[in-house]
Amino acid sequence: MTVKSTFKRQASRGLEARRSTTALWLLLPTLLMIAGVAGYPLLRTIYLSFTSYNINTDPGPTWVGLENYWLTTPEGVGIGLLQTPEWWQAVWTTLKFTLVSVGIETLIGLGIALVINSQFKGRGAVRTSILIPWAIPTVVSSQIWNWMYNDSFGILSSWGQKLGLLQVGESFLSNPETALWALVSVDVWKTVPFMALMILAGLQSIPSDMYEAADVDGASRWTQFWRLTLPLLKTTLAVTVIFRLLDALRVFDMPFIVKGNAPETMTMSIYARQQMFDNAQLGYGSAVSVLIFLIIMVIAVVYLSTSRVKFD
Amino acid sequence: MNRNTAVRLLSLALLASLTHAHAVNITVDCGSGSGFASCKEDAENWAKKTGNTVTAMQTPNDSSQKLTIFQQQLAAKSADIDVLQIDVVWPGLLGEHLLDLKTYVDPAEIKQHFPSIIRNNTYEGKLVGLPMFTDAGILYYRTDLLKKYGYKSAPKTWADLTAMAKKVQAGERKAGNAKFMGFVFQGKNYEGLTCDALEWVASFGGGQVVEDDGTISINNPKAVNALKTVASWVGTISPAAVVTYGEEDARNVFQAGNALFMRNWPYAYALGQSDGSAVKGKIAVTALPSGPGGTPAATLGGWQLAVSKYSKAPKEAAELASYLASKELQKKRAIEQSMLPTLPSLYDDKEIASKMPFIPDLLDVFNNAVPRPTTPTKSKYNQVSNAFATAVYNVLTKKQTAQTSLKNLETQLVRIKGRNW
Repeated sequence: MTVKSTFKRQASRGLEARRSTTALWLLLPTLLMIAGVAGYPLLRTIYLSFTSYNINTDPGPTWVGLENYWLTTPEGVGIGLLQTPEWWQAVWTTLKFTLVSVGIETLIGLGIALVINSQFKGRGAVRTSILIPWAIPTVVSSQIWNWMYNDSFGILSSWGQKLGLLQVGESFLSNPETALWALVSVDVWKTVPFMALMILAGLQSIPSDMYEAADVDGASRWTQFWRLTLPLLKTTLAVTVIFRLLDALRVFDMPFIVKGNAPETMTMSIYARQQMFDNAQLGYGSAVSVLIFLIIMVIAVVYLSTSRVKFD
Repeated sequence: MNRNTAVRLLSLALLASLTHAHAVNITVDCGSGSGFASCKEDAENWAKKTGNTVTAMQTPNDSSQKLTIFQQQLAAKSADIDVLQIDVVWPGLLGEHLLDLKTYVDPAEIKQHFPSIIRNNTYEGKLVGLPMFTDAGILYYRTDLLKKYGYKSAPKTWADLTAMAKKVQAGERKAGNAKFMGFVFQGKNYEGLTCDALEWVASFGGGQVVEDDGTISINNPKAVNALKTVASWVGTISPAAVVTYGEEDARNVFQAGNALFMRNWPYAYALGQSDGSAVKGKIAVTALPSGPGGTPAATLGGWQLAVSKYSKAPKEAAELASYLASKELQKKRAIEQSMLPTLPSLYDDKEIASKMPFIPDLLDVFNNAVPRPTTPTKSKYNQVSNAFATAVYNVLTKKQTAQTSLKNLETQLVRIKGRNW
């Protein structure tokens, strides 16, 4: 009996080992690919962040240790990234943008998903048409919005001026107090379809007999939403929100096209681009990129551990 | 067909095949907007003459964005662009990657240009760019409206400009144009704002941000005054949204007939006087006004033709650059696009004087133009320019007072300077 079981275990261990070797071989091309296209650039960026490298004038990077992050000159001026107020301003702007836009997108997306999940005539057409903003390339839609916001030719400024919200020659983008929120609305317009679609997929995976049972038990629609729909949607919501969070934290294209390097709407990625490419400081810019990576990682880890999303 | 012709044809064909054997394709940066089509046409004419081919490349209008493209291309030693159009402030930034044109171009041809521009384009002893056209900030104004409101001449001081703009703006709005503005300029946070702001500061006697000996001079009472004046325009005689304007945004407003004054480069003149422009025949240009106790200042601009060190056909690329910088084409550009020639001899040209009467008058403006602080700040110029434009932008958007902003800028410039420029 003991002999037999040991033998069995050994055999199964051998089989498992063989299986995992096979698995490793099958996975190897993928792993190599990931190492090549994600691992190497990441490590290279981390390395460059410890160097001083002006791409216009320096023949190559020179090692400077932590100087890009923290350096106080003999005159007592802090020139490291962590001592730079513009950087912290960009971090704060990005966080504001992310929290507000993702919050609004989730609420509106949920509302739209609930509506198009119900049966009505022309549902297919509505479902397809709400996807349009998501399907337009960001560069194109940003330019469209840019024109709509234009102070002398744009329709939004024209409305704003008629309603008395704006003076002549003013636009929602030109006022530094409203500029960020003008950008948030563009992002909401663009991303709500994505949210709605993801949440709709979650809604459709809830079996309809549960609602029938709830009907029989006499639960109101409201109770059904709070006690049935929402708890069952939790995982979908959590996954959708993390996608959007990660996206919004590294937002670059739309704000840059609309507002360029304007300080009040400068996100972390725009700051990185300014340092790296406008100023040709590849070392310092890499330090910015590394910090962005760390910030996003911390937020993702905190979010995933508090929301207890299981990806398996 | 007699025998002679046959022989001639045969030799021609031979010659053609010979040149074809050496024919190369040159990629030339032609910018975008109004200059693109003519640059492409000129380059193609050269290609036809020499039996080579050209690819005209479109690059962004916004010079800051164009620079980032070139920096990346050149740092990667890419051979994709052969001939580049570079801004007057870039020789120090890109010079490392550009070819010395003295080895390819006839010295007599180089001597024809303004010596100051040739000096500017010389980087560590190498001539890295042939001047294509020069630029200086100028004031555009509406002749019809000044007359209508009883003004005899364009404003000489910023205070005059403010007063005139206020009066005309109020009058025109009452007369039915609710969108009418007094003064438009470049207020977006980019290189263009650096140019405009340098003019304001210098015309108030506030220096040039970083002086030639490397001193950071920007935090001074005159500069504070200049910025205070400008901030007072935003939302009064200038649209509040001027902080989102580049050159073309300002031109769109002015050319639609919605502004009395505009600060811009000379290129806007030809477009403003073209068919379809609402202000055709109603505009003129002059030197920018001055501040109290200061003298008028115009920022020196202009574009140069450079050849990438990584070009696979440097000889032909240099040939094309020299063709595009030639007297003949500069004259054509002056007449068709109101671009200022870089050859002193063209300022006496009768045809230019009759078609673009303002160009000969600008010789003075251009000769006294203020350079951006590229010489003292060397490879850090762009960081300085970014910081300066952002500081001014913060004043224009009223996020900071002129005093605080310039004080912060000083700290920031010290930070950028680090151990030394």
